[in-house]
Amino acid sequence: MDFQLSDDQRALRSGMRDLLGAVFDRDRLRAAVERDGALDRSLWRELGAAGFFALRLPEEAGGVGLGLPEAVLLFEEAGRALLPGPLVATHLAAGLVEGAAEGEAVVTAVTADLPVAHLAEADAALVGTDALAGEPLAGEALRAFVAGARPVRSMDPLTPLHRAPTPVAAGSRAASQRTPTDAERAPAATERTPAHAGRFRFEAALLTAAEQLGSAARTTEAAVQHAGDREQFGSPIGSFQAVKHLCADMLARTEPARAAVYAAALTGDPVEIAAAKLLADEAAVRNARDCLQIHGGMGFTWEADVHLHLKRAWLRASSWLTGAGAEELLAAGLGAAGRLPRSSAAYGRPVPEAGGGG
Amino acid sequence: MDLTYTEAEEEFRGRLREWLAAVLRGLPAKPSADDWPARRAYDTTWQRMLYDAGYAGLHWPVDAGGQGATPTQHLIFLEETEKAGAPYVGANFVGLLHAGPTIAAEGTAGQRARWLPPVLRGDEIWCQGFSEPDAGSDLAALRTRAVRDGDDYVVTGQKIWTSHAEVADWCELLVRTDPDAPKHRGISWLAMPMDAPGITVRPLRTLAGSTEFAEVFLDEVRVPASCRVGAENDGWRVTMVTLSFERGTAFVGEVVACRRTLDALADEARRTGRWDDPALRRRLGRLNAEFRALWRLTQANVSESERTGGVPGVGGSVFKLRYSGVRQELYEAAAEVLGADAFDVDREWVLDRLSSLSYTIAAGTSQIQRNIVAERILGLPKGR
Repeated sequence: MDFQLSDDQRALRSGMRDLLGAVFDRDRLRAAVERDGALDRSLWRELGAAGFFALRLPEEAGGVGLGLPEAVLLFEEAGRALLPGPLVATHLAAGLVEGAAEGEAVVTAVTADLPVAHLAEADAALVGTDALAGEPLAGEALRAFVAGARPVRSMDPLTPLHRAPTPVAAGSRAASQRTPTDAERAPAATERTPAHAGRFRFEAALLTAAEQLGSAARTTEAAVQHAGDREQFGSPIGSFQAVKHLCADMLARTEPARAAVYAAALTGDPVEIAAAKLLADEAAVRNARDCLQIHGGMGFTWEADVHLHLKRAWLRASSWLTGAGAEELLAAGLGAAGRLPRSSAAYGRPVPEAGGGG
Repeated sequence: MDLTYTEAEEEFRGRLREWLAAVLRGLPAKPSADDWPARRAYDTTWQRMLYDAGYAGLHWPVDAGGQGATPTQHLIFLEETEKAGAPYVGANFVGLLHAGPTIAAEGTAGQRARWLPPVLRGDEIWCQGFSEPDAGSDLAALRTRAVRDGDDYVVTGQKIWTSHAEVADWCELLVRTDPDAPKHRGISWLAMPMDAPGITVRPLRTLAGSTEFAEVFLDEVRVPASCRVGAENDGWRVTMVTLSFERGTAFVGEVVACRRTLDALADEARRTGRWDDPALRRRLGRLNAEFRALWRLTQANVSESERTGGVPGVGGSVFKLRYSGVRQELYEAAAEVLGADAFDVDREWVLDRLSSLSYTIAAGTSQIQRNIVAERILGLPKGR
């Protein structure tokens, strides 16, 4: 067992951080905010060229041939940088939708009850939580779908949103996010390539959790930075326990979430992914809240970046696997019932020993 | 990143499992919580069994009589013994996890030869005399005085929260040997024989009703100067060195136990029908996420120790902060599962709920942990 990043994984992560620092610095972030999150196609292609979307495609198929653990590291960096766009859906569509792997196509996802991100800009849309099993929306069908959708004034300035027409048109039926049957949806063991029910949703939930993790770590840094700089009563406010304890709690949310996200990427176990999503959602949302609080009045302004983290975190928390859905799945994994073979099923990789009495 | 164990690690696990399956059947019945001599006998019997099988002092260095196991082997040992329902370290805690490692790191050859083998064999029990009524979180403010008189120190003062004091043979004692020095620099570390004249042990009853620790009154107790480990007035450093023996494994058994409790709570709730309450179900589901993450964080911390050979960086305080709070939530959920039975102390989990109230206080309060995380990890400025 060596549950630490390998040298290659560290290099991949710092490479991604450098890339985003070069192509998506703060000026470009604020420019994206000013144009209401409209995508920068050349940036999308740069991500494609860097292998962000093709990361997990086999090398024979023109991909990078890496796995979920590496994808999670890249999505964590994307979350840190508040990189806009339907990153998860396009990544999952690589190899399924032409141009997705290269960053030529923008692919969004349509799931029940949730607003659809970047729909007007999308070249294709994956439909339903079992989207890999069905045909993506494209061409005429997509145009008809967009025509029937209603644009909403998005709370998140980095994510343009549409409400989809109901019922959802294609492929698979709309899936409820909360029913106990979530447990039955857990995917069975399989290789990565074959599509099957559930895989898409759980991978999407995990990659979204990785973005949340990056955001949670970033808002912790921002809060610590501000608490060290800002002086009141003649001292940095970070010297006051009321403030420093908020910062400590932020780290105490981030690090368990990190362990959960990385472990879920290694095992692919649905229950472990549910734990990762639940804890990463909570870390991202609550850390953004605390970061805002520590910034005081400045935190309440449009100019500060913290609201961008909070709004995005709220949106991600409601995507793919909500808190309620994750908790139900985790509950179903408990006790004698949870020890049935189904719940230990993983996909893509053999399950390492679950450990800890599980 | 790799969560799979090596062949050698799995072999170690397999041998341990076999041994546990063979010996646990032969254990005597667990003694009652208030029968301290019986508790000592039970705990030392178990330690002797570990010794005879080559598992005593697993994480101690070989030159101290230990097995020199890797942090991962130690993790596996703690995981498997907990899963098998083996006895806890119990009365051997201070000897194996604090005083022993301190002597191993800082003691002379003679001191190591005198004190370490009996700890490993389960022949001698140690207790800890650190905290005082006026020196808790601010431990370095301790006032118990030791005055040199010939070959002895004469020790007078009061210690508190001393577990196993009634049955211990030795006490690792922090005393003030230079009252004029800055508070961290006038402290010495002594091994005090518990049968010395002038020691009075008064058990303290906890809110759970049992006597888990004691006050220790010291009235001109003579401790040979040869029982001092490290230099005079260097005791603070001596005792802090021991913390570097912590390699991320401090709460392995506890996390395993919590996960087992959580499974049992789910089974009980399904049996009684309370499982149909989605609020309770989701509460248990959330705890499943928490303890799974804490288990993974433990593995991450142990892996970091394995790589660096030292204390996990982010690990200890972040872990303890989160764990102690979540474990209290576990027993709050247990009370909900129990319903009206939550007020019957003979029901499983009720005493655990009461005991859990100490977790955010003992071994560094959650407030102190937050200070440590904020100042030593995040680099925020110290307060006044």
